[in-house]
Amino acid sequence: MSDIVKLYAFRGSPYSCRPEIALKLKGVKYEFIQEDLKNKSADLIKYNPVNKKVPVLVHNGNPISESVVILEYIDEVWKGVPILPQDAYEKAQARFWARFVDDKCIPAVFKAMVSRGEEQAVAEAHVQMQFLENELKAEGKKFFGGDNVGLVDICASYMALWVGAAEEALGIKLMPKDKFPKLIEWSDNYINCPAVKDGLPPRETVVGIYKTL
Amino acid sequence: MGEVKLFRTWSSPYALRIVWALKLKGIVYETIYEDLANKSSLLLEYNPVHKKVPVLLHNRTPICESLVILEYIDETWNTTARFLPEDPLARATARFWAKFNDDRVVTSIFRAYVTQGAEQEEAIGPALENLDIVEKQLIGKNFFSGESFGFLDLVFGWIAKYLGILEETGGIKLLDEDRFPHILAWKDKFCDIPVIKESWPDREKLITKFQLMREHFISTAAGSS
Repeated sequence: MSDIVKLYAFRGSPYSCRPEIALKLKGVKYEFIQEDLKNKSADLIKYNPVNKKVPVLVHNGNPISESVVILEYIDEVWKGVPILPQDAYEKAQARFWARFVDDKCIPAVFKAMVSRGEEQAVAEAHVQMQFLENELKAEGKKFFGGDNVGLVDICASYMALWVGAAEEALGIKLMPKDKFPKLIEWSDNYINCPAVKDGLPPRETVVGIYKTL
Repeated sequence: MGEVKLFRTWSSPYALRIVWALKLKGIVYETIYEDLANKSSLLLEYNPVHKKVPVLLHNRTPICESLVILEYIDETWNTTARFLPEDPLARATARFWAKFNDDRVVTSIFRAYVTQGAEQEEAIGPALENLDIVEKQLIGKNFFSGESFGFLDLVFGWIAKYLGILEETGGIKLLDEDRFPHILAWKDKFCDIPVIKESWPDREKLITKFQLMREHFISTAAGSS
């Protein structure tokens, strides 16, 4: 019995790319359905009535919503390339940092973008980014997941692509190399991984979105 | 299984989730009470990112964030009854509702509690709508986790005591028995569980604390407008 996997998403969204990258890492075949966020499909609303948001993964008719919840689901259902570590403590660390990216880092960086690089907003973003920089430095890791891409790397896609695209589109500096050498190095390594490259939207698409901000 | 310590405050509902989890699993642990106005150097060392409670220390290794800690406890002490189901879809569903509680239910109810006048009136609608969604989740079930108690009950458990405290100190009525019969029925069953019953902080102390907290928020908001 073969799996039927559909992904309702918006190419250009840093949350939508997460399940795509995970599915590609695992070699899972899926159908991609691009949503028009100003005119959401009846299916999306049926599958995610509570939040009405992308991404939503539908596996054999069963919907799963919330990008990090989807990542854990994909990891548990399809074996092969692991997204989360096996060890309970390492897993807890991965979950902790994934939440940090979503609850603290991305909101602070987004605020800095929306303020067009206002000094105070950028300073606050740098405080949060420093935690990620230190995490890479302390462990001497190529990726947050170690030798290979993992949950935290996928959640931090925003830092690897969207930050650079915003810098280009808005003419601001968010992630200077002298302050964040490890994050810059990690970004280069991350976006050049084959599955990641396939799952991320083209940089020009994201630059285009930011130009309309 | 090693040395276990829990950094908590006497009143934090997030830390209470961990108290319940540890007791339900029969894990022996030491409690370290924190004063958030005067955080210990240990707390700052173990949770440098957020500087918050709860923090679980297992064999001198810290784990932070209550939902992360719950899953860690469930996976590490895995010979006793599991909080989360085995099936990936059921697990994903539970994690979705946990996020819904922490991101939407708590935030909207807190907003209604911490405001007054027109701002409070405006805040009540979204709080009730989120509770409607919670109510629907309980239809046909004994507990949020299904037939028996589990992960989601630990997540939503704060509602069984703290919602009443927020209503009283905020001067609002949310949990109407006609609109939320399932939540009220769940509340009785939940509160009957021995570990839950014995772990609530003192009600009067909570009322005083949340009264003061509300006054502080209101005066801060007034000062900044």
